[in-house]
Amino acid sequence: MTTIPNLTPVQHVELYYYMQLDRQLEERMVRLFRQNKIVGGLFSSLGQEAVAIGSAYALGPEDWMAPLIRNIGSLLVRGFKPRDIFTQHMARYTSPTQGKDGTSHFGDLKVRHVVSPISMLGDLIPVMTGVVMASRYLGHHTVAMTWIGEGGSSTGAFHEGMNFAATQRAPLIIVLENNQWAYSTPVARQAPLKNFADRALAYGIAHCTVDGNDVLAVYSAAKNAVEECRAGRGPVLIEAKTMRMKGHAQHDPADYVPRAMFDFWKARDPIARYEAYLTEHKLWNAGQKAEIDARIERELDEDQKFAEASPMPPPELAEQGVYCEGCHTVEPDWRRPKQELLPPASSVEAVWHVTDFGAWEEPSPVARHKTPAGPHEKKEAPGGAGKVTAPEQAGGAAPPRVPFGRGPKDKSFERERHEKSYGRPRRGKRGRR
Amino acid sequence: MAEITMLEAIRAALFEEMERDPSVVTLGEDIGVYGGAFKVTEGLLARFGPERVIDTPISETAIVGAACGMSYLGLRPVVEMQFIDFIACCFNQVTNYVAKSHYRWGAPVPMVVRGPSGAGVRGGPFHSASPEMYFVHTPGLKVVYPSTAYDAKGLLKSAIRDNDPVLFFEHKFLYRRIKEEVPAGDFTVPIGKAAVRRPGRDLTIVSYGAMAHTSLEAAALLAQEGIEAEVIDLRSVAPLDRETILGSVRKTNKLLIVHEDTRTGGLAGEIAAIVCESAFEDLDAPVERVTGLDTPVPYAPPLEDRFLPNAEKVAAAARELAKY
Repeated sequence: MTTIPNLTPVQHVELYYYMQLDRQLEERMVRLFRQNKIVGGLFSSLGQEAVAIGSAYALGPEDWMAPLIRNIGSLLVRGFKPRDIFTQHMARYTSPTQGKDGTSHFGDLKVRHVVSPISMLGDLIPVMTGVVMASRYLGHHTVAMTWIGEGGSSTGAFHEGMNFAATQRAPLIIVLENNQWAYSTPVARQAPLKNFADRALAYGIAHCTVDGNDVLAVYSAAKNAVEECRAGRGPVLIEAKTMRMKGHAQHDPADYVPRAMFDFWKARDPIARYEAYLTEHKLWNAGQKAEIDARIERELDEDQKFAEASPMPPPELAEQGVYCEGCHTVEPDWRRPKQELLPPASSVEAVWHVTDFGAWEEPSPVARHKTPAGPHEKKEAPGGAGKVTAPEQAGGAAPPRVPFGRGPKDKSFERERHEKSYGRPRRGKRGRR
Repeated sequence: MAEITMLEAIRAALFEEMERDPSVVTLGEDIGVYGGAFKVTEGLLARFGPERVIDTPISETAIVGAACGMSYLGLRPVVEMQFIDFIACCFNQVTNYVAKSHYRWGAPVPMVVRGPSGAGVRGGPFHSASPEMYFVHTPGLKVVYPSTAYDAKGLLKSAIRDNDPVLFFEHKFLYRRIKEEVPAGDFTVPIGKAAVRRPGRDLTIVSYGAMAHTSLEAAALLAQEGIEAEVIDLRSVAPLDRETILGSVRKTNKLLIVHEDTRTGGLAGEIAAIVCESAFEDLDAPVERVTGLDTPVPYAPPLEDRFLPNAEKVAAAARELAKY
């Protein structure tokens, strides 16, 4: 496993706590499903805990995230409690959506900065691009993270979102969770790619591939990606290779998955591996583990009881809340002077500055004889675990990374870039952990 | 007070709102340097800069999705669809993500999607659509369809200030063909309120968009024959101003609905149902409708003219009603 020097022993143990909490929570929900206490389907992330938790753990307290269905662990890291997950799945009035939506389909715009998912895959990438464009616009120094499966990366919305995020140099981290199966469809039927991180080449953005069952590798890659994004070099695509250890949802026995494949991945269980790592590196002792496990049991008992005792929503709630009708006040949190965005400061010459006239260029003799590696050739993941690789840019030199639509010709941007060091966290604000 | 076109009124609303509130930003294809395919956004980039006037790739889903994300942080994005027909490309983002956001998890989406709609300019099947009913059918969206320069300015301002997502349809036939005096300063027109454009006693014609003008033309023809039609311009298609419609039907006892959108599943059917439910006793005649054909909008002039309602078709239907 990857060794991470910059995490304290307490943080190392905290990662275990979140993974085990997620695992035990979801195991309980499987039991609740069998007791008919879950409303609708149950989509588990059992076996994928390291991806959800390692990545979300790299975010700062003000950063944004939008989870998918298999990112319950990310929600826990973000401060949501098991009771939120239980009540959502049991459609209780006490759930974050009061029973209007289920599963991980909830969020919190004010405190935890979590944007609610949608079942149609890919759509969150444009949405989170907008979130970070707005946060940059308002003068916040936040990044955003969202997740997508290898299957979801086949959608048009994924492509549009990645491309738009790239043109905006949005500080957005996309964790492509390659769990080998999109419902019943294997990877090879989604795209002829060995590494889905290669999709980043089409968008001209930084990317890497990591072992998704190594929580420290995921954390390390995510942490690097967060740094890149804060420095204005986003977006970053991280592919985390893992395995969906259940069916698509609880109703699906996953007969189409070869048994040997489950066995292969079972031997790489992220929690068992991490426990061994913590012991080997003397980052905890048996007493601590027992203490944490007991704490998890206590918390889950209490929250499950709370959920089971919670009422269903009153039927008349069905008719409420389609429109805002004054129940919310919409006011942005301005952290830069509004005058910068109003004339005369905002005014520019409305012309394009085109430096590359786009003609075909004679490739160098070296490039002419170099054949690109085929998708199925054995190749190391670019950069190795956790190291993000910036792609080659057309025309050699990388284009200047500019915040939110400001071009290098924009003098006000040039000025501010030096004065205010855009995209970097303010001193003392970085990383709560 | 100067006479301005509907297009200039829309532009004025954008300028004034962006001047008033830096949380208003715009994004869309070719809206910045070029000023938009119809030049609605001309001058915005020069005045407000590239952070607020954002030229995007050809990616309707990304544009609407990003606008939704921006609105979560309290911005008020105004998205331009180059032609409103292209809103079909981001149908999922609009109807599943944006429209359901407030209901599902209490996150308001104060954004506007605006764009040129409608036929009559020989645009052919992909540049002439009236796709409003997909969105009228979707809970969580508001749909506005002005027919005058004054309303276009006032309604766009209301739409931008509204905390719900608003689709703003701009009939491209009207962009430069109608002119009126519009106050230069700040005023709004409320969403969800219809306007009685012409009072009458013999029958009610309900319409919106370019067809409001067609209906007024027909009313003028009918007046020469002694038939006094009351013409209602809905201005907002969702929410519907049921009170104004029902009040007028209770007075005239006859209802004709005119729209350019295709017939089956068009707004006329919904209005007819509302009137039958709530004012059946007041009706002296069957509810009539004059609408676009149940076909795509064809390209060749004789075909498109056949597709569209016109004053003569409206007047003919009204004459039938008047006989009751």
